[in-house]
Amino acid sequence: MSEAVKVAIIGSGPAGLSAASRAGQLGMSHILLEKTDHLSDTIFKYQKGKRVLATPERLDLRSDCRFAEGAREYILGNWDEDAANNKVQVAYHAEVAEVSGEKGAFAIKTTKGDVYTAENIVLAIGTQGNPNRMRCEGADLPHIIYQVDDPEDFKDRHITVVGSGDAGIENALGVAEEALENTVTILNRSKDFARAKAKNVADMMEAGENGLMSIRTETQPKKVEPGFLTLETPDGDETIPCDVIVARLGSVAPRGFVESMGIEFTGPDREAFPKLSPIFESTVPGIFVIGALAGYPLIKHCMNQGYDVVEFINGNSDLTPADEKDLAAIFEGLPKKKSVSEWLEYLRTRVSIFADVSPLQMREFMLDSKVAFYRKGDVVFEKGEPGSSLFAIADGFVEVEVGPGVIVPIEQGSIFGEVGLISGRKRGATIRAGADGIFVEVSRTAALKLMASVPGAKRAINRISLERQLLQIFKGGLTVDDLGPVVDTAEVERVPAGKIVLTEGEQGDDVYVIRSGSMVVEKDIGGKPIFLRYLPAGSFFGEMGVLSGAPRNATVKAAVGAELIKLTGESFRKMLAARPQVREATEAAVAERAQMNSFIESRKASYSSAVDLYSDTASFIMKEGLGEATDALLIDENLCVGCDNCEKACADSHEGLSRLDREAGKTFAHLHVPTSCRHCEHPHCMADCPPNVIHRGPDGEVFMEPGCIGCGNCMRNCPYGVIRMEAAPPQKPSLLRWLLTGFGPGPGEPSPKWTKKQLGDEKPKKIAVKCDMCKGIAGGPACVRACPTGAAIRVSPEEFLSIARLDEDTD
Amino acid sequence: MASLFQRRRSKATQVERVRERRHEGFLRYAGFRWAKISGGLCLLIIVSYALIDVTPRHNGGSWYGYTLGTIGAALILWLTALGYRKRKMTRDHWSLKAWTSAHVYLGLSLIIIGTWHTGFQLGWNVHTLAWALMMLVILSGLYGVIVYATLPQALSNNREQMTQMQMLEAIRAFDRQLHSAAQPLTPEDTAPVLAALDEDPFAGGIAARLSGRYPNCATAAAYRALSASRSSDAEARTKVVGLLSQKEAALARLREHLRIRALLEIWLYVHVPLTFALIAALSAHIVSVFFYW
Ligand SMILES: Cc1cc2nc3c(=O)[nH]c(=O)nc-3n(C[C@H](O)[C@H](O)[C@H](O)COP(=O)(O)OP(=O)(O)OC[C@H]3O[C@@H](n4cnc5c(N)ncnc54)[C@H](O)[C@@H]3O)c2cc1C
Ligand code: HEM
Ligand code: SF4
Ligand code: SF4
Ligand code: SF4
Repeated sequence: MSEAVKVAIIGSGPAGLSAASRAGQLGMSHILLEKTDHLSDTIFKYQKGKRVLATPERLDLRSDCRFAEGAREYILGNWDEDAANNKVQVAYHAEVAEVSGEKGAFAIKTTKGDVYTAENIVLAIGTQGNPNRMRCEGADLPHIIYQVDDPEDFKDRHITVVGSGDAGIENALGVAEEALENTVTILNRSKDFARAKAKNVADMMEAGENGLMSIRTETQPKKVEPGFLTLETPDGDETIPCDVIVARLGSVAPRGFVESMGIEFTGPDREAFPKLSPIFESTVPGIFVIGALAGYPLIKHCMNQGYDVVEFINGNSDLTPADEKDLAAIFEGLPKKKSVSEWLEYLRTRVSIFADVSPLQMREFMLDSKVAFYRKGDVVFEKGEPGSSLFAIADGFVEVEVGPGVIVPIEQGSIFGEVGLISGRKRGATIRAGADGIFVEVSRTAALKLMASVPGAKRAINRISLERQLLQIFKGGLTVDDLGPVVDTAEVERVPAGKIVLTEGEQGDDVYVIRSGSMVVEKDIGGKPIFLRYLPAGSFFGEMGVLSGAPRNATVKAAVGAELIKLTGESFRKMLAARPQVREATEAAVAERAQMNSFIESRKASYSSAVDLYSDTASFIMKEGLGEATDALLIDENLCVGCDNCEKACADSHEGLSRLDREAGKTFAHLHVPTSCRHCEHPHCMADCPPNVIHRGPDGEVFMEPGCIGCGNCMRNCPYGVIRMEAAPPQKPSLLRWLLTGFGPGPGEPSPKWTKKQLGDEKPKKIAVKCDMCKGIAGGPACVRACPTGAAIRVSPEEFLSIARLDEDTD
Repeated sequence: MASLFQRRRSKATQVERVRERRHEGFLRYAGFRWAKISGGLCLLIIVSYALIDVTPRHNGGSWYGYTLGTIGAALILWLTALGYRKRKMTRDHWSLKAWTSAHVYLGLSLIIIGTWHTGFQLGWNVHTLAWALMMLVILSGLYGVIVYATLPQALSNNREQMTQMQMLEAIRAFDRQLHSAAQPLTPEDTAPVLAALDEDPFAGGIAARLSGRYPNCATAAAYRALSASRSSDAEARTKVVGLLSQKEAALARLREHLRIRALLEIWLYVHVPLTFALIAALSAHIVSVFFYW
């Protein structure tokens, strides 16, 4: 056991390294424990030559280590020097396995069995976790690797990839590149590839059919030997030549390890973080958590926190946080003058959903929000606008225009805009300030983080959103009090895509409200399920059963993964009995739906093939994931002449890169869904963007603001494969010049060859590129405008599948 | 958070401007708007030509002839501008579909405008050359409209969701398999297979491209040769023959794809150069008219 230090820092990423450097500068006794043999493993593992970006730009760096945008090698090189200059004490190969003791005398045990003692601990292990290791015989041989830095490192080898999640498939595809002449095998324990994205699976299957790799299902490794691998297959054991094994078996998130020290998290969700005090202290006194693990994935934040946390441990309590000036800017425009911490306290005490938020969380989340002063009568947002942010009323109140002439107030301390947040759909009503007031607008990401980390806030938002949704559906006529019993008995159900919620002919009287996602309604006509209707989030179904007591007259199933609110028939009936207007409104809705059903049935009788086509087209569209789209590009291949003018127009209106691939994608009955963003209701691509630059714009478009760091997370998260990582090509000669002299590559995306020739050795940084629906281009989507034949249109699924369409088709 | 926090937004959003609920081709655009306009224009010309008495007789040099001539020349210049419009991605609102629709119908109206402009006085001179070129451009345009209306379906059916890259990749994959499967064959049988491997799917020239017939196809030849041959080991040969027939099918798909694409494009190589010839002849026609005035 070594001598006790004042602080032990676990993890040498940007956060841990910056902390250790501060300790070194202060002359504080410390030890930096790193499990690998180099500093900062996460960045070490970035692709070679990757440009590391220093966002957010406005934030000042406060650290004893240098950091500015640059190549990975340059940054790591600087840090090695800085660590030495700051006299940082590092212990490599020190993977911490267990922490015991308490503040003043922690005992930190590594996997090798060494024990370090420290008064305080700074935990900065990031979120990468540990890769799952192979477990069969020979699993410790050195030719088993757990990641592929550069596929080009492997040439003419026998490579076996174990694990067929996205990471495994991507690695296999990388090394299976024809020019590398590797013999690639990928193993999957089960029959299907449920864990990977459809696009990756399709690419892999194609590579398999083309003989670029062999895909072995229901097969696992049994024994590893140098040069050979024995497989356990359904037909018995088999030994294949194998020089390299790439094991991609997922990784264990560090949460379990963190919790084993007694540190509490804010909630059970995946998005939750450790509970922290304003000085980053966890629920275990003496253990501080910083960096990505604390919920701050950007390198600059990590480094600033490393500096700050050591200052705090050193007893410096006057340190103003580095984000102070940004927060001050946020509050600047307000009429009253208060200091930042006074404002934060003001908001915390006046808005109910902020009540349980810690001061540290409050700071963090105000950075992603905005506070504004509104005059009486100002419109906050209008009905039909897209928007997914949440508003909270700190002062004053607002008026909601529920129906024509029906105004409902929302009082101070409450929230509004939650429907957009939860369902991802357009605003349901216009909202005006009822008096001069101060409202906080919380971005979608910040609101989701808040809900994940503060259970009280989540409960409050969910309840309010359900009440409002019901009020919205039953337009006026209802008060929050009427809804009490209905809401109390309501349950939230998650249903996966394709799951049947109601079955035609079955008895039942529960009523469902779609909270997020969408549903399709089908009816069996002449022995074939016929598509009747697409139900977007915010609609309800099952009400016919309550009213008539008759069995379900159609089947309802989830078009995409969805969240439903189930209201019991019992409570719903009571509410209807108490409020005759609501009963009338419901009956009217039922009658309308019944009429539409019988319309389709009658058409089916006389125009069977047109109805079948409509129905099959609808199923195709749903299968292509358009059920969660808000706006998608559809090409009619009866009209498309293959000129690719759509792609060229897209490239020419966007830094020379096309955001759509016209030819790729599925086709049914000449209706083609090209590879292009669908602007999902709940964009998967937004889930994990470290600099948080993916947003939804005023037209409903999902776009990236400048600041992408090129990490590729969005590309991996998008299930439709529409994001590519690409660098903008250099400026082309003008169109006229090309037309007159043929100089330059002409309209559209220049060929990689031309770009390469222009750039020479320069390697510009690759960032995420996707359709932004031609945001900011007054004329609207260029792909549609530039199609000479009218083959390309942009639609929302509701519009496209409307009943009016069938009406026209069968006329 | 660029736009998240804008307080007020314009109501008619840019995307709504190009929104359509269903596909509507350029020929039907806006309920045949340009067909109606163009038809009306032609009718007007035919009727007024009959009613207006020009002495001694209708010809290009009368005030009536000048009017039609000016309209016609302006129209030709505007029709030519489509080539620029198609490629210049300005940010304001326009629709190439609307342009194409107007192009086609107004272009057709030139048959009336141009011919009636001549007063039916045709001869062997530069004036008639301009008229003839115009008619040829229109004729080629007509062909274009016909292929635009009929071939896309065939293109879509033939490709069955495959992209051109994937078709090429499929052929390459068969080549790789052929390469290893042909190892056990006798030299006599190997030669045609090697020739098939060397075949460039794009080769064959313009005639083959347009007709879809490749009489010298090495893959087909290898298939024939190996099916007839008795020299190599039967099992290995059967395997190669099977692969060759699969490769032939893949080649056939790619060739059909290229054929349809060529048919959809080839006419533009007539339409556009003729347009420039027309503009040259038209200039000569106008200059000579004013010169001899
Ligand atoms: C591909 C990619 C690209 C990115 N690009 C950028 C960018 O351009 N700009 C940007 O600002 N951010 C970027 N990020 C995010 C950024 O890299 C991370 O969020 C940041 O590195 C987190 O820093 P950290 O110090 O909290 O943890 P990490 O950097 O993850 O460091 C944790 C360290 O702890 C060690 N460790 C883990 N467990 C133990 C243990 N039990 N015992 C001892 N040591 C342990 C690890 O080996 C590692 O060295 C990117 C992320 C990825 C994945
Ligand atoms: C004298 C009259 C005409 C002139 C000068 C003219 C000229 C042109 C030009 C310059 C183009 C652009 C080609 C390109 O750049 O790709 C074009 C395209 C086209 N023209 Fe014409 N044209 C004429 C008449 C017609 C007529 C009568 C028709 C149809 C009946 C027609 C149908 C078309 C079509 C379908 C296109 C292709 C549009 C596209 O794919 O973008 N044209 N024409
Ligand atoms: S512009 Fe229109 S016709 Fe041309 S490729 Fe695109 S969709 Fe097809
Ligand atoms: S990029 Fe992908 S996930 Fe994101 S909105 Fe577009 S289609 Fe949806
Ligand atoms: S809407 Fe704009 S950005 Fe999106 S694919 Fe079309 S042209 Fe490209």
